[in-house]
Amino acid sequence: MSTTTPARPIDALEAIFAANRAAGTKALAPFVTAGDPDVETSVAVLEAIAKAGASFCELGVPYSDPIADGPVIQASYTRALGKGISLEGMFGIAREASARVKMPILAMASYSLIFRRGIDRFVADAVAAGLAGFVVPDLPLEESDDLDAACRTAGLALVRLVTPTTPPDRAEAIAKKSTGFLYCVSVAGVTGARIELPAGLIDRVKWLRTKTDVPIVVGFGISDPDQVRAVAAVADGVIVGSALVRRIAEATGQPREAMLADVSRYVADLAAACR
Amino acid sequence: MAASSAAAPPMSSVPDAYGRFGRFGGRYVPETLSAALDQLERAYAEAVADPAFAAELDGLLSAFVGRPTPLLFAKRLTKLAGGAQIWFKREDLSHTGAHKINNTLGQGLLAMRMGKRRIIAETGAGQHGVATATACARFGLDCVVYMGSEDVRRQAPNVRNMRFMGAEVRPVETGSRTLRDAINEAMRDWMGSVETTHYIIGSVVGPHPFPRIVRDFQSVIGRETIEMSRKQFGRLPDAVVACVGGGSNAAGMFYPFVDHPEVRLVGVEAGGRSGQPGDHAASLSYGSPGILHGSLSYVLQDQDGQTADVHSVSAGLDYPGVGPEHSYWHDMGRVEYTSVTDLEALDAFDTVARNEGILPALETAHALAWTAREAAKRSPDEIIVVCLSGRGDKDAAEIARLRGLTADGAKA
Repeated sequence: MSTTTPARPIDALEAIFAANRAAGTKALAPFVTAGDPDVETSVAVLEAIAKAGASFCELGVPYSDPIADGPVIQASYTRALGKGISLEGMFGIAREASARVKMPILAMASYSLIFRRGIDRFVADAVAAGLAGFVVPDLPLEESDDLDAACRTAGLALVRLVTPTTPPDRAEAIAKKSTGFLYCVSVAGVTGARIELPAGLIDRVKWLRTKTDVPIVVGFGISDPDQVRAVAAVADGVIVGSALVRRIAEATGQPREAMLADVSRYVADLAAACR
Repeated sequence: MAASSAAAPPMSSVPDAYGRFGRFGGRYVPETLSAALDQLERAYAEAVADPAFAAELDGLLSAFVGRPTPLLFAKRLTKLAGGAQIWFKREDLSHTGAHKINNTLGQGLLAMRMGKRRIIAETGAGQHGVATATACARFGLDCVVYMGSEDVRRQAPNVRNMRFMGAEVRPVETGSRTLRDAINEAMRDWMGSVETTHYIIGSVVGPHPFPRIVRDFQSVIGRETIEMSRKQFGRLPDAVVACVGGGSNAAGMFYPFVDHPEVRLVGVEAGGRSGQPGDHAASLSYGSPGILHGSLSYVLQDQDGQTADVHSVSAGLDYPGVGPEHSYWHDMGRVEYTSVTDLEALDAFDTVARNEGILPALETAHALAWTAREAAKRSPDEIIVVCLSGRGDKDAAEIARLRGLTADGAKA
């Protein structure tokens, strides 16, 4: 009789943080919008960023009314929806990319989409697509029991977010529930590159570190290697979103290979700042 | 008597501590907003328990807004319909010309209790924007109003009035450039300003505790209607009718009536051009449960949960969702929801203008269209009260444009 536990989707993500801890390195997690500019290019971008040194990535699931997103990611969602991206299409991108590269992929999805499809079906589709888990930006602790239970059963990560407005006791409660890692939002505000790191961020991450053993990954407003280096000094990883989405958008009209080379260089520079 | 189970709680005993109206409502928002919503919930609970708060608000509703608003017999419209008596609850006589001011004064006072001096708001028809700008001017608060650029065009007089009162109007160019997009932009502003800013949402929508707070502030409409009905008719009306976009005037009118099962309650949605997707804004008539702008309610959406495009001639009803308490009343069968087309609403605008000497808002005209049709089928002993939620001056230019009339209303 076998006693080995079957592999769970979250395992690969946890293995990355374990390996980083052993090596003293940090994780770099780019964010890419599914279906922007099109499905085929999204798969190629995921493959390119994996090869350029991304530890894992967030795949943004286009939603019509993303209230936590700034203009760059909003516009990417609008473009992708305009091209007809569907949930099937998003799962297809994840399936195709996870067949080509080992990089764990988390879906960043509004709870509106998960609720509409039904939690059980959404979770089953995610597992079948090879996703490692979810970040659900509009699902606070109080509303998350059902999705939490389904993710635990399926072995998917359900990454929770803490923000500068989260009171300390609440931040601890959120960290306790977070699986995979804890997403520390750098600023009170929407996504989007910012020139300077917010005051107090480094101290906030250090404080969180004393309260939880789950890996802490910082996102929102981070776009260049210096910022990545500063954050990686205290956190377990860094997420870069809008700056990458903008690069992909600005490359519209160029040959795809040129865009992929540019994205690869950018991600490689950021990844180097995590080592 | 045998040991029986407790009587069912009254229909009015919602929401629960999580902001649930049955299965609807709740709070689906980014974590950044959680602390502010908790703070608002606490501030509201404290305000409700503080007699000074009620006294201040009542004083403003009386001397600033002009409440109570009258209950008027629509004599010629009744005769024309040839059936039940039609009565108007005259919210259009409120200062700023609609019911919206009931909520903005209440929330403005709450903002000051929380020490927040900057106010943001969204607006569709502009009535909520004007009411917010008005409250802010009265209280000395900074005011930013988000408004879809399509609505800025349709409702120019209201935009001008907001600016006269010192508000900054920010046109929203994203998405359909209407109410839904204005709410998105207001929420995004709030994400970055939440520690110093209060968001005065204009309808019974959004995350808990907004649907409850807005309903409570608007319930003065229904309470006055009950009191006046008892005084003027010696009984409650047979039916009460209101238009429903997000549903704030309807919620305020219906809520005091929901525990009076003998009163028929009817909400009228925007039927637009047709029942085809994209041609209307009738969330309860054609939508399905989904999450939009922070709460679970009926939503017009596609198979994946993407919000659908909607249409209504009336900017204030041009919204793909509806307040969660309406979804609850819909599922409980307490309120009937129906819809009226653009053309029927425009006809009702004309009929009421010519026969009653009142230019109703196009939103209100939806409720009037249904009422006139229904009254014809009812006996003259019956009484129907319509919430005349707002005046139609803001729509006059758009109606002239739609009909190809000149700006002064003459045939081109």
